[in-house]
Amino acid sequence: MTPVTPATPTAGARADAPRRPAGPSRGARQERRLGLLLCAPAVLVMLAVTAYPIGYAVYLSLQRYDLRFPAQAHWVGLANYGAVLTSTYWWQALGVTVLITAVSVAVELVLGLALALVMHRAVFGRGTVRTAVLVPYGIVTVVAAYSWQYAWTPGTGYLAALLPEGSAPLTEQWPAVALIVLAEVWKTTPFMALLLLAGLALVPEETVRAAMVDGAGFGQRLRLVILPLMKPAILVALLFRTLDAFRIFDNIYVLTGGSNDTGSVSILGYDNLFTALNLGIGSAVSVLIFGCVALIALVFVKLFGAAAPGAGPERR
Amino acid sequence: MSARPSTRLSTRQARSLTGWGIANLAVVLYALFPVWWIVALSFKDPATLSDGDFVPRTWTWANYRGIFRTSEFTRALVNSIGIAVIATTVAVVLGTMAAYAVARLRFPGKRLLIGVSLLIAMFPPISLVSPLFDIERVLGLFDTWAGLIIPYMTFSLPLAIYTLSAFFREIPWDLEKAAKVDGATPWQAFRLVIAPLAAPGVFTTGILVFIFCWNDFLFAISLTSTTSARTVPAAIAFFTGSSQFEQPTGSIAAAAVIITIPIVVFVLLFQRRIVAGLTAGAVKG
Repeated sequence: MTPVTPATPTAGARADAPRRPAGPSRGARQERRLGLLLCAPAVLVMLAVTAYPIGYAVYLSLQRYDLRFPAQAHWVGLANYGAVLTSTYWWQALGVTVLITAVSVAVELVLGLALALVMHRAVFGRGTVRTAVLVPYGIVTVVAAYSWQYAWTPGTGYLAALLPEGSAPLTEQWPAVALIVLAEVWKTTPFMALLLLAGLALVPEETVRAAMVDGAGFGQRLRLVILPLMKPAILVALLFRTLDAFRIFDNIYVLTGGSNDTGSVSILGYDNLFTALNLGIGSAVSVLIFGCVALIALVFVKLFGAAAPGAGPERR
Repeated sequence: MSARPSTRLSTRQARSLTGWGIANLAVVLYALFPVWWIVALSFKDPATLSDGDFVPRTWTWANYRGIFRTSEFTRALVNSIGIAVIATTVAVVLGTMAAYAVARLRFPGKRLLIGVSLLIAMFPPISLVSPLFDIERVLGLFDTWAGLIIPYMTFSLPLAIYTLSAFFREIPWDLEKAAKVDGATPWQAFRLVIAPLAAPGVFTTGILVFIFCWNDFLFAISLTSTTSARTVPAAIAFFTGSSQFEQPTGSIAAAAVIITIPIVVFVLLFQRRIVAGLTAGAVKG
């Protein structure tokens, strides 16, 4: 699969790992310096563009800062957080976001698993299936969102034509949320499926066959053998997708613009910033979203023991 | 299983083969029908634009001619290409350096690098929009190419580092040792021996990062205000019809199809690599 075929087994590379046993020799010092030097630009860029701004966002969130009256900016402490946390808009948006995240990730897991099994067992056209599946992954979200939007617009769309006369699903809250989930699921299931497929490829064929010989049906093999062995891959896929779904913005922006109470927290943050021009409130929303995402990541790592993808390189 | 040695197909196997074949077909249709719909829409003329037909009754290039006549779209296309290419190049160069160090060298702070990139991979972009908006206005970066390149390369660095370090661990490192025995310094070993071997992985990562930058919408609408840096996804959202009574549906569909072309080309040419790259970072990582 990988473009470079290893000329030697990786075990060989591993065997020479403790090359320099004790004391920082000249070579080791050189290696350490090179390592730091090579990483420095990436680390500096990442810190400068995320750590500093998020700190600045915290600072902004403690200000009354209306972009229409920048001269009147002043310190208000936690007032912005109070305003956000007591407003129904925030809880409404949070509810919609959590709902969209939970439903779409759950559907994606099931569909993605099915897709992974189809791709794994593909008897012909393996390349075709994988190529086709990469299209939703690669396509610009806004493009896909417009395709769905026009499809569901009465008069323009072929899907709207299938609905009872006079229904405009994108203008009602629950149908619109369902269509947002649908657009999200279409776009991201392939990614989920590819991650699961890679996990599926790590399940030893003999184990599955042994279970089959022992008389396990397809359902039993899946539930008792394949899924437990795929657990690490499933958790990583779930973590990635949950965090990603929680940030949902593009699909909602195009499909409904957040009207009729279909806005996510990201939409709420954007609106406060660019429609209400309130940098203070907008920043408070930003910081709260950041907190939610950190909480989700923490829950995954602590509760489910999802191996953080970053743990890998140290494991070698 | 498919790898079974017997070549004779029993009825049961034949039926299961058909079943999987139908499943394959269903997957392909699932993946492609929204794409087909927007393509069909882009070729309809104004009269049939809203007929809801899945296949245009009459085919016309009018929508494409229309968007290429306006600088609103052509300028956005130039912005999209320029910004994505520069951001990808920078991210891949920085990512290659860091990933080589992660995969290969022993140095303190490796955990910090991995921790930081993991954090950023999970970072909600909206949290950065408000501070970046304010910072960029002060620094004069708002509504410039650099103003978008900076967040794009930052957010694609974790992707680049993970994918590349997964690829780098597959490289036959004995060659590097051989080069060192021959008197090469670590830097020479990196530049002359490993870099050429790593090229396919670097290329794959470049495609993934490009797709990521090409896709962005939130930064593109937040950190631009005119056509001077607005990329196509953002420009589409601001399209207006040629008259106030006309919906810009045809123009949007045509512009949407244009920016889908590079994605389809990448996917067709490099399907294997993209799959390998996407899964390398997440599973082996």
